[in-house]
Amino acid sequence: MTTAAQSVTLKGLAQEEKTESQARIIFRRFRRHRLAVISLILVSLIFLVSLLAPVLTPFERDAIDLSSKSRPGPPGTIDMEGRTHYLGVDHLGRDLFTRVLYAARVSMSIAVLVVLISETFGALVGAIAGYYGGLVDLAISRVIEFMLTIPSLPLLLILSAIFLRSDTVLPLPGFLSRFLSALLLAPEREVQKVVMLVLVLVFFGWLSAARLMRGMALSLSKQDFVEALRAAGASDARIIFRHIIPNGIAPILVSASLALGGVIVTESALSFLGLGVQDPTPTWGNMLATSQSYMFQHPWLPLVPGVFLVIVSIGFNFIGDGLRDALDPRLKR
Amino acid sequence: MSLDLGATRRDMLIVEDLKKYFPVRSGLLQRVTAWVKAVDGVSFTIREGETFGLVGESGCGKTTVGRTILRLLPANGGRVFFDGEDLFALGRGEMKSMRRNMQIVFQDPYSSLDPRMPVGETISEGMMIHGIGTAQERTETVADLLKTVGMNPYHARRYPHEFSGGQRQRIGIARALALRPRFIVCDEPVSALDVSVQSAVLNLLRGLQSQFGLTYLFIAHNLSVVEHISDRVGVMYLGKMVEVTTREAIFRNPLHPYTQALLSAIPMPDPKFKRQRIVLTGDVPSPLNPPSGCRFHPRCPRVMDICKTVDPAFEQKQSDHWVACHLYSASAAEQTAPSAP
Amino acid sequence: MNNTAPPGSEPNILLDVKDLKTYFYTEDGVVQAVNGVDFAIREGQVMGLVGESGCGKSVTSLSIMRLLGGSGKIVEGEVWLRDRNLATLPEEEMVKLRGGALSMIFQQPTSCLNPIFRVGDQVAEVLIQHQGMTKEQAWNRAVEMLARVGIPDAGRRAKSFPHEISGGQAQRVMIAMALSCLPDLLIADEPTTALDVTIQAQILELMRRMQTEMGTTILLITHDLGVIAEMCDHVAVMYAGLIVEYTDVNTLFEDPLHPYTEGLMAAIPVLGDVRDSLAVIPGTVPDLINLPPGCKFAPRCPYAREVCSQEAPPLIEAKPGHKVRCWILHPQTSAQWAGYTKTDWRFTGEEVFAQPAAATGGTDVS
Repeated sequence: MTTAAQSVTLKGLAQEEKTESQARIIFRRFRRHRLAVISLILVSLIFLVSLLAPVLTPFERDAIDLSSKSRPGPPGTIDMEGRTHYLGVDHLGRDLFTRVLYAARVSMSIAVLVVLISETFGALVGAIAGYYGGLVDLAISRVIEFMLTIPSLPLLLILSAIFLRSDTVLPLPGFLSRFLSALLLAPEREVQKVVMLVLVLVFFGWLSAARLMRGMALSLSKQDFVEALRAAGASDARIIFRHIIPNGIAPILVSASLALGGVIVTESALSFLGLGVQDPTPTWGNMLATSQSYMFQHPWLPLVPGVFLVIVSIGFNFIGDGLRDALDPRLKR
Repeated sequence: MSLDLGATRRDMLIVEDLKKYFPVRSGLLQRVTAWVKAVDGVSFTIREGETFGLVGESGCGKTTVGRTILRLLPANGGRVFFDGEDLFALGRGEMKSMRRNMQIVFQDPYSSLDPRMPVGETISEGMMIHGIGTAQERTETVADLLKTVGMNPYHARRYPHEFSGGQRQRIGIARALALRPRFIVCDEPVSALDVSVQSAVLNLLRGLQSQFGLTYLFIAHNLSVVEHISDRVGVMYLGKMVEVTTREAIFRNPLHPYTQALLSAIPMPDPKFKRQRIVLTGDVPSPLNPPSGCRFHPRCPRVMDICKTVDPAFEQKQSDHWVACHLYSASAAEQTAPSAP
Repeated sequence: MNNTAPPGSEPNILLDVKDLKTYFYTEDGVVQAVNGVDFAIREGQVMGLVGESGCGKSVTSLSIMRLLGGSGKIVEGEVWLRDRNLATLPEEEMVKLRGGALSMIFQQPTSCLNPIFRVGDQVAEVLIQHQGMTKEQAWNRAVEMLARVGIPDAGRRAKSFPHEISGGQAQRVMIAMALSCLPDLLIADEPTTALDVTIQAQILELMRRMQTEMGTTILLITHDLGVIAEMCDHVAVMYAGLIVEYTDVNTLFEDPLHPYTEGLMAAIPVLGDVRDSLAVIPGTVPDLINLPPGCKFAPRCPYAREVCSQEAPPLIEAKPGHKVRCWILHPQTSAQWAGYTKTDWRFTGEEVFAQPAAATGGTDVS
């Protein structure tokens, strides 16, 4: 009651306008990135088709078509029952189209698992390092830097040679291994190897996410709204999970989608070198590997998984680009 | 509502010899090689229901004082009493409940709100942390608070980027009020705002003070703003309090040469206004390596020999008027009597 | 110095800006940052451009310098520096002018200096480029200039790097650099805003001294009416890309005619004049992409009538040497305001909005 406020009516100063939710804005901006949208559709389509593989092809994944005249056989080979092998058969006479679809299931599942686990873990570690700073940050940052100096491929080879070749049994809960086994259409023993492979890839996968989140957390923790939360008595966990991570997640999402392509390629490389998932469970990598002895005479053998590999990894790159633009807070519309 | 002024007011916040040093680290092992003495022995009292203005130039430590009082930064020495309770002696849980009494409003309207959270949630989060009310009640409180600060309840669903600087500052004030505090640190709440918006926010802060019986620590570098809003004023220079007194005394009868220079440096919006300006020479020295003796002596127009070696005590010289300057200390004046102006 | 001759009528005009319009083409739409600015500066004068953030005062100065970047464009108007129109001058000619006849100092002096060169070299560089001095001549002159702008021990200081000097010192270096080629016009864009009060006093003192010593014409851009009162001969008040009032400094402070100027002056807390509550200009600055029709200030103006929101008022000379853009003072419409009383600007702030029927109307704070 300090002043007798003069109440004036001023016209047209402010009206309630409808507000768009953050998600809608991001979606709208993402839609403008045409290549990203096409890539998203294409990649989703490949994954969907791979899930529907049993319905879509008449062939069993590992069925050997003894009737096929030439093994490997070129695209369009027709078997005795009159069924066409649209993409041909491999050196054992297995339908390539069928195998490449099932391989998509394995390769993409591994990629998604690796990225999901490593980005989550990396984001958490990075947020802790950036938020607390000081010695915590110093320790975590040094570990990250040390691991980044190690050339990853040779170490991956060593790790997978140790873990994947041995018969160590991971204490996986039954439902998990059954679920993975159904998803990948592989025996549970093979699932063990897939999980091993995932863990080996996660070992290096979390580094970039952690570095990104650390940087974000470092600058976010100096912002006044974090100070306001502390002044209100908020716990560190609340600040990290409700404020730091949601604010720093945008670059992580982008790097995750870029990483998806990378993981598929790395997994293929390991499988190609015989250290990943083993035949008969197909992955794009081991399909490439088995085709190497025939590639000059039968170039479609590496081409079939190769083309998928290229489409998916480039696709993920475009999606990452699109996300980066959509999530950039500096762009308004 | 105790609106009686003057001596009957109770001391609400007592700051005794507060110290805050920031380490300067270097080398591979991040060893501490030096200390920046951002706040170096500051004492003052804030009385219930008053606005205590804290002024000084950038780097003088005024913001650090505010944050250290609220225990947002750990102090390196000294004590702070709120209603007779030693804040630095409180345990985690006790401090958490104490935080309901004391809140903060920030300078930067852009970094003080979480950009990914609707402002309604930002305002109610404090209540959630302290488990106040049901979700429904909190929503109602947020609507009330938004009205209190001159905004609309429907604003609660919007995101910070949809508001102007002045509106964000109002939201920040609403957040501070949500826990029904008795004491608010206002850390340069209007310095990032344009003139026409600034006056509205200042009026709002004053209105809220009388409505809720709030006590403010108002930190600012703009003396005109501080004069407008404060009951008493403290002037800081390089981590030290140099003068504390009432608003009337600081502007009519400033004792410390730094306060005098600061006042005369303000450009007046009146082309006919003529005065003797005291233009200080040189820059503010680095708090990493403050001058010996009185920290102001290298720039002081009335410097004496004693100033270069002896740090003047912060003492009461007149009624309700404290100052740290050798000009007003009898013993020092005797020692250097011939050279004193 | 402060005689009230109508600006623009003298022959010795150095800079004459005529109907300048500068737009920025952004993703969100066309930002009409400067929307018709007219003023003239006589030689040796200090002209002030005052307004709140986003009013177009900085864009005006950047338009004069032609430093608008990729998205900004001068769409209309002329900028005459003596006999040359800067708005249409080829870029090569502009390059020669910048740092020579035209120079500028900015708000953030430390970010204007290149961190990897010594400050002396940076001042000397300007001299080498514009005056064709040798390296040694330029260095000596640079040290001399640094001493002149009050840098103690200039010979040694010239060898320091930008991070080794304070903000106040950096602004002195910028002033030395700007004045080293004896420019015709010095544009100072918020030169003291980033500095502390005591340092601001030093820099203002320095600028005043250099102006009297060297007779430099200055265009001073600021949001601080105190700085305007201390430094300027003539003042233009800007709002939403337009000059709304333009006169000499004494007249402006004694008799502000435009409602915006009036509100602005009432809103600043003045040392030694303690009031219960401060004046408030209700509402907010308009969006420069969707400017209101009519007078840009009308939505916030307590005196606004119908005509204000329909038609934009022209800048007219309401009194000799005192131009204002307001219908209240326009001979055709002033009758509508016959006998109106001035407001005391005691509004409670942004909450006095007229709300659409559904929302709750103006809630009082107090």
